[in-house]
Parts: sequence; C-alpha cells; structure tokens
Amino acid sequence: MEIAEELAKHQKAISVAEFFEKNRQILGFDSAPRALITCVKEAVDNSLDACEDAGILPDIFVQIKKSGDYYQVIIEDNGPGIVPEEIPRVFAKLLYGSRFHTLRQSRGQQGIGISAAVLYTQLTSGKPTRVISKIAPTRPARYCELLINTAKNEPEILKSEDVDWERPRGTRIELEMEGSYVRSRRQSVYGSLKSTAIVNPHARLTLVEPEGNMEVFERATESLPKKAYAISPHPAGIELGELIKLLRYTDKKKLRVFLKETFSSIGAISAQELCSLAGLDPDVPPVDLDHEAAKKLHAAFKQIKVKSPPVDCLSPIGEELIKAGLEKEFRLDFIATTVRPVSVYSGNPFLVEVGLGFGGELERESRIELLRFANRVPLVYQQGACAMTHAVESVSWKNYSLSQPTGSGVPVGPAVLLIHVASTNIPFTSESKDAVADVPEILVEIDLGLKEVARKLRRYLSRQSILSERREKEEIIRKILPRIAKKLSEVLGKGEPDIGPVVAKIMGNLLVYRKVEKSNGHLFVKILVENHSDLLRSFKLHEVLAVQADRVTPEARVISMADGYDYHWKLSIAPGKSAALSYSIASDGVTLTEPVIEGLDAEIVTGARVI
Amino acid sequence: MEKSAEKKEFELARSIEKEEKSKRAEERLLGLADSLYNQFLLGIVPHISLPSRTKANIEYSSKEDVWVYGDQETTRSVNTVRGAKTLLKTVHLAELLIKEHLKNNRGSTLREIYYISENWDIAKFHEQAESDRLIEDLEIVTTMHREDFHVRPEEDGAAVFGPLRLKEQTRRGEKEMHCQEDVGEAGYQIPFNVDNIEFLSHDAKMVMAIETGGMYARLIENGFDEEYNAILVHIKGQPARSTRRIIKRLNSELKLPVVVFTDGDPWSYRIFASIAYGAIKSAHLSEHLVTPSARFLGVQPSDIVDYNLSTDKLTDKDLQALRSELTDPRFNTPYWEKQIKLQLDLKKKAEQQAFAGKGLDYVTKTYLPERLSEMGII
Repeated sequence: MEIAEELAKHQKAISVAEFFEKNRQILGFDSAPRALITCVKEAVDNSLDACEDAGILPDIFVQIKKSGDYYQVIIEDNGPGIVPEEIPRVFAKLLYGSRFHTLRQSRGQQGIGISAAVLYTQLTSGKPTRVISKIAPTRPARYCELLINTAKNEPEILKSEDVDWERPRGTRIELEMEGSYVRSRRQSVYGSLKSTAIVNPHARLTLVEPEGNMEVFERATESLPKKAYAISPHPAGIELGELIKLLRYTDKKKLRVFLKETFSSIGAISAQELCSLAGLDPDVPPVDLDHEAAKKLHAAFKQIKVKSPPVDCLSPIGEELIKAGLEKEFRLDFIATTVRPVSVYSGNPFLVEVGLGFGGELERESRIELLRFANRVPLVYQQGACAMTHAVESVSWKNYSLSQPTGSGVPVGPAVLLIHVASTNIPFTSESKDAVADVPEILVEIDLGLKEVARKLRRYLSRQSILSERREKEEIIRKILPRIAKKLSEVLGKGEPDIGPVVAKIMGNLLVYRKVEKSNGHLFVKILVENHSDLLRSFKLHEVLAVQADRVTPEARVISMADGYDYHWKLSIAPGKSAALSYSIASDGVTLTEPVIEGLDAEIVTGARVI
Repeated sequence: MEKSAEKKEFELARSIEKEEKSKRAEERLLGLADSLYNQFLLGIVPHISLPSRTKANIEYSSKEDVWVYGDQETTRSVNTVRGAKTLLKTVHLAELLIKEHLKNNRGSTLREIYYISENWDIAKFHEQAESDRLIEDLEIVTTMHREDFHVRPEEDGAAVFGPLRLKEQTRRGEKEMHCQEDVGEAGYQIPFNVDNIEFLSHDAKMVMAIETGGMYARLIENGFDEEYNAILVHIKGQPARSTRRIIKRLNSELKLPVVVFTDGDPWSYRIFASIAYGAIKSAHLSEHLVTPSARFLGVQPSDIVDYNLSTDKLTDKDLQALRSELTDPRFNTPYWEKQIKLQLDLKKKAEQQAFAGKGLDYVTKTYLPERLSEMGII
C-alpha cells in the first residue's frame, strides 16, 4: 500500500461540534469567569432578537446559582417561544439558525452561540440542558432535556414532554456548568448586562446573583426599536466569487432582470447602464455568463454610482435612546450623540452611532470609559484588538479638549464613549465576537462619528468657559466692587464713587458718560461714549429734550415730538475708541433724562437706557 | 534732678516722635484709599502695583550694602475675582488700622487681625499667612513698618544675654536692666518693638547670634559671655524681625562686630542670609533689619572635615536647598560657592551640638577661640 493510501484511511470528516469541543476558546468559553458571561450573553441575545421579531417589549430574567461544584445559569424571557419540534435543533445543534441566510441586522448570526453553551455545559458538568418553551397561552409548554451528539452534530433528546407552565409564552433555559462568578468590573455578568441595558433601553433585565442579591435594569423607553428588514445584497464592494455564485444559481432568465431583482439599490436604469458598461446583452440569461463576462460585469459594478443601501435593513439605537441609555447608567453634565448615514463594506450595509458623555461623576484622572457595541451587543473582551478602539486611539483628542498624555491612545478625562456598529454582517475578528475587524470603511465611519461628537463637546466646553468667565465678572461687579466703593467712601468720609465706568471696562461694555456744566443760565452737556469691547459697535444715541438745543456737535438729526425734541446721532465706534458729543440748552426748569441707546443689547451697555 | 529733667525731655521727644509716626502712617493709608477712590472716578480699573517678591527680583543695593527688591512689579487689580477680593480685604484692613489702631492708639497681634476678619464676610482671610502677607504689602505701599500701624507679632522668645545695660519703654513705664545681672538664665527677652529700647552702656567686644537654645545655654553655662565679653543672642531658628532689628542696632549703634553661629546645613545658611543680606519675603525692610557686616562663624562645611565632626547624611530636600542656594544671588560669593560645593561633595551636615562629642568645653575652649581669631575678632 502506498503511503498516501495508508494516510487516506485516517482521513474523515470532522463534525463541527467535535471541532468546537476541542477549540472552545474560539466561542468565548476559554476561562471560568468568561464561560458564565458568554453563556448569559448568548441566551440574552437570543431572547432580545426573538422579542424584537415578535414586537414584544423584552423582560428577561437571569439567575446564577451555586450548585455543588458547578454554577446553575437560568435565563427566562417573555418572547414568542419556540415550536416544540424546533427546540432540540435550536439548542443542541451547532450552526443551526434562522439568520445566517438573510441580510438583516440581528444579534445572533451563525446559530452557534446558545448551542455552544449547551456543548460547554455537557463537557464540564456532564449534565443535559433543560429547556421549557411555550408559544401561546392556549398551548401547553414543551419541556426538553438535551445533549449534543458531537460526532454527528445532532441533538440527543433525553426527555421531551408537555408540561404546565404559568407564563403565557416565553422560553426558559437552565444550564449547569463550570464557572466562576466575579463582580465589580466591566468584564462580569453584571457589567455585561449593564452595558446591554444601555443600548437596549426598551428591555427590562433582572439579574439574581449567587448570594441572592437582585439587580433590575429598568426600561428607559416603552417603544421598541425600529424593526430591521431583510434586504438584497448591495453591489458596492461585492466580490467576484460571490457574483459568479449569484449568476449561476439565479432563476432569472435575463441579465437586466437578475441585476434589478438580486441587488438592492439597482433599478432598471442602472441595470441597463451596467450591461452597456460591461458590453453585455441585457437579455442574455445570467447562467450563460462565463468567467470573462462575469469579470467584466464585476468591473462595471465598480464604475457606476449606486445609491446607498436602504436604511431599513438596519436598526440603529437612535440619538435619543443613546442619550437615555447613557443618562440611565451615568451621572453626566453633557451628552453628545450622532448617527452616521448608512454605508457599505463588501456589499454589507452598516452604520455607526456614537455617544459621548462628559463630566458629572466620571473619573477625571483616568482613561475614558469605552463602551463598544455591535448590533446592540456589548463587546467586553479584547478591547485592544477592536476597530472601535483603534479609531478612538487615532483621533487627536487634544484638539477636542481631552488630554492624550502620549499623543495617541485612549484619551484621559471625565468622559465615556459609546460606539455602536450596526450591520447585516458584523466583521468580527473571531467567532467569539469580541472585536470588530479593522475594515477600512468602518474605521472611516467611526472616525467621522467620533469627530462629530468631539466637536460638539468642544463647543460645549468653550461655551462653559465663556459662561464661567461671565459669571466670575458678574461676581466682581455685583458683590465685590460695590463693597470696595462703599468701604473706600467710609474710610475717606467721601460720597460713594460711581462704579459704572469701571464696570464698563471690566465687562467690555459700551460706556455712556454724561457731564453737565451750568453757566449763564445754560446747561453745557458733554456726552462721552467709550467702546470697551473688542468689536465695532454701531448704534443710535438719543437725547430727548423738552426744548431745542444749541451748538449741537456733531450735528444730530432732530425729530420734534408732542412734548419735545428727539436728538439722535448715528454712531459707529471701533474697539477701544470713543466718541464725544456736546450741546447746550437753556437751563430753567429743564431736567435731563437718561440717554437712550438704540440697536444694542442691554447687557453690553452701561450708563444709558437701551431700547 | 538734672537726670529727671533729661528723662522727661527724652520721654517727650519719644512721644512726639511716636505721634508723628502714627500720623504719617494714617496719612499714607488714607493716601492708598484715596488713590483707589480716584481710580473709580477716573474710570481706571482699580489696582495696586507691588514689587514682585521672588528670588528673581532681589538685587544688591550698593548704597546700603543690602539686598532690596528690583523693578519687577505685580499688579493686583479687580479684573479677577481673586484680585478684587484681595483689594477688598486691603481696604478693610486699611480701615481697621486707621480707625481702630491709629485713631484709638490701640494695637493687635498678627493672629488677632486674622481673627478680626471673621466679621468681614467675603473679605475674611482664609489663613493667617494671607493677612500677614497683606500687612507686608501695606508696609511696602506706604513705606512704613507694621509697628507703625501698631501691629505686633506674637512673642517668639528670642533672648539676649551679655554685658549690656539697656532701658525699655513699656506700657507700664520705663524698665532699666543689665542683661547679665538683672536677668534669669534665659536672658533678656527681646520685645516686639525693639525701637522702644535704649542702649545705656556695655562692656562687649562682639555680638554672637546663636541658632539653637542648646548652644546658647552651653555658652552661658561655660561663661563664654564673660570670658570673651560677648553679647549672646538666641535667634531661635529663623529670626523674627525684632531679633534681626536688635542685632542691627547693636551693630550700628554700638559698633560691635556680629558673628552668626548656626548648624551646618542649607537651612541654617538661610538664617545667616536673612541676618546679613535680608530675606526675600521682607526685602522692603532690608535697610531697617539687615546687618551687612555680619559674618558667618560656623558650622562651616569645611569644619566638618577639619574638626572631624559627627554628621548626618544630607536628605534629598537638603541637596535641593543647597543647589537652590547656588542660584540665589545672595550666596553669589566665592566663600559660599566654595563651602556649598564642598558640602555637595561631602553629602553630610553637622549640628552645633556635634562639638559635644569632643567634650562639653571643646566648643568654648577650642573651636570658638580658633574660629574667632581666624576671623580676626579676638
């Protein structure tokens, strides 16, 4: 026998279940604390997906109990339930699910997560997983005890019977596994549920911890997130192999119909354009296209401009709910949010949302907290390997009032950043779904989103500093200056000095200052107007007099009114400059009213009435 | 009879002088208030300019042989909340000094002034250092001394022991005494206002300022003052103004040479500097307080080697202080440069009391006679 033939005897197919049995770290079951977190996360993700599909406000109960050497994990939801025949395969067959073949945003994608938890359960404790599910109040609940036959990747049903269950509908799963329960850090069941609550403000999550302590993450809203619809693939960035596959297996008879029906964002006109660009007959049957033709078509895809994929395949959290979520879990002074438009990588639509919380009770001296989410699922491990982290690190935060001690990296300051990437297919770096891969299109979008909220933060902070400067000056003017003036007059035994001119200088105001001298039965009036601001001030100054004035310099416009004359000057005074006006009037019986300024805000004028 | 008339005349002259000083102090404080008042009238943002009181802004005055403030100024204006509050406090303080102190011939201690401000609402002082500093500011602005405002420091217990007869004007009348015969073992306690003292007669050849109480007591016990006709001044660490003033007066009025005997560490050199060159914080008073001819006796870093004294290691703070002294203009002399550099090499410091390791009489029988003859004083 040849060596190759000898070797061939040992070659056989590997069941996916066997593969994961030996490579559990790929699925996120690599350490005892992490196993519990992953298990809870997978079950909660499934519950949230199911509730959203059914239009139900999720109410999810999680309990972790110590049971001998193992931990018992119980997750119960109020979702639509699972039909009895499907229960075994949903929970005890890997790569079995409803979402893999559709282009739609959901938490679960491959149908691995929960069955991996079942697999881990039977590996570590040897016990079956127990499931109860009920699909309607009128129907009985189905109870199953399940194992996975790893050699065949098929469910092994130990027990399956109808039982009574008090819930109208829903699903409950109980697993018993090796693990270890940690708290008080973000990488914990508690931390992961807290993050989940932030981006799923429509869900109520209840956690009962091993010592019996109960935490409830309440809803922040009663409205469900917008439903995400399944879409066709988008032509942008589609790969040649994918295109060839689509051409070969389509049931469409004509190329232009194939193009229009298979892809989103392609109508009759762009289908026609594609065909002529590729030099192909629009009516040719797609299956007849050879490799060369497919290549031409693929090249044509790159030349034409197609509109973005429809948004409704994605379900962003939305600015309002990001704000509500952050407000719910942190005490903050300021929140900025942004939702980027839908974009595409390799034919997959995606969008990026960013929320930034600032101030309040956040730590000032340490690195900012980074909350990463992919399709509303918190990512807690491998922060350093994630595209979101990389995008944050490459922004120059100093330009946006946060410090970045080494010039790059996660900034330092009292801030929390929430980044959510939603896509019909999130490009994770591994099957344990810890980190988003550095896809250039995604990095660009995160970067733009980060800069948008950062600009909002900078605007907020500069407004704050102007306000605090203004407040400081107001304190000087209202509280301190009058006291100094009063004390000085007491010490010197003189009248209190007018603090107006000094106030105008400190506030950068326009100061109107009138001096009156009396002689020979006339009042000689001088008005000095000083501009202490750093802007050009243009306005009108009015003097309302009972009698006509003489020697008016410079000349003023006069309007005679029923009871006197309105003298007014149009003035324009540069920063730091002043203007002098003067006139004289007969003094008998004349009382001067305050000068009037027209055309400026009252708070920037001292020494005159403003209209 | 003749003496009594002389005495009366002296007292009269004194009280006239005092009254004039009070009047001048009041005028100058009012002048300050008036200039602020006028700034309001002229629409100038009210402010006071003061020399900046930092190491970088002291310079040598060859006229008086002392270190005084240079031209650098800081401005305190109402443009900031801090500046405005300081000006408000200044005006409050001026009012207190004018109305309570000078008009009623009363006085308060620095500590009391800090407590008086309790009633000043937002003008209240946050700590005594703040009110102390403001009083120094007023001294600078008015070119008067705080004693002229009837502000006194807390007694700090510095004392004089030696062949000196003096007369002190106290609130309870004149007291005459001899600083060896009429005083206890601790000596004559220096009053806060040294200008109330008149030196009557003396039999001294030098003044020795001593840092520590232990060494002061040792010298008295060993009869050093009698043997060498020395006036011993216990300066008690960093010397108070009154201590520096009495040393200055002993030097300038009685023409006695002054030597300073301290520990051998950077902090003690600063004590010497404040006696001989002036302190950075009170350089405006240098002409009044500083004894430029005072000389440093020891413990010198070279003594550590020459006398093989027992030592301690220099701490990081000591080293830092030494290096800072190398850049201090007051220590910019060949003598100090040599000594400080030597000490930086040795990395050691010695206390005055280290001489006790060689016997209780060593310091008075050997070290001091050797040093004093080296310095040409005996």
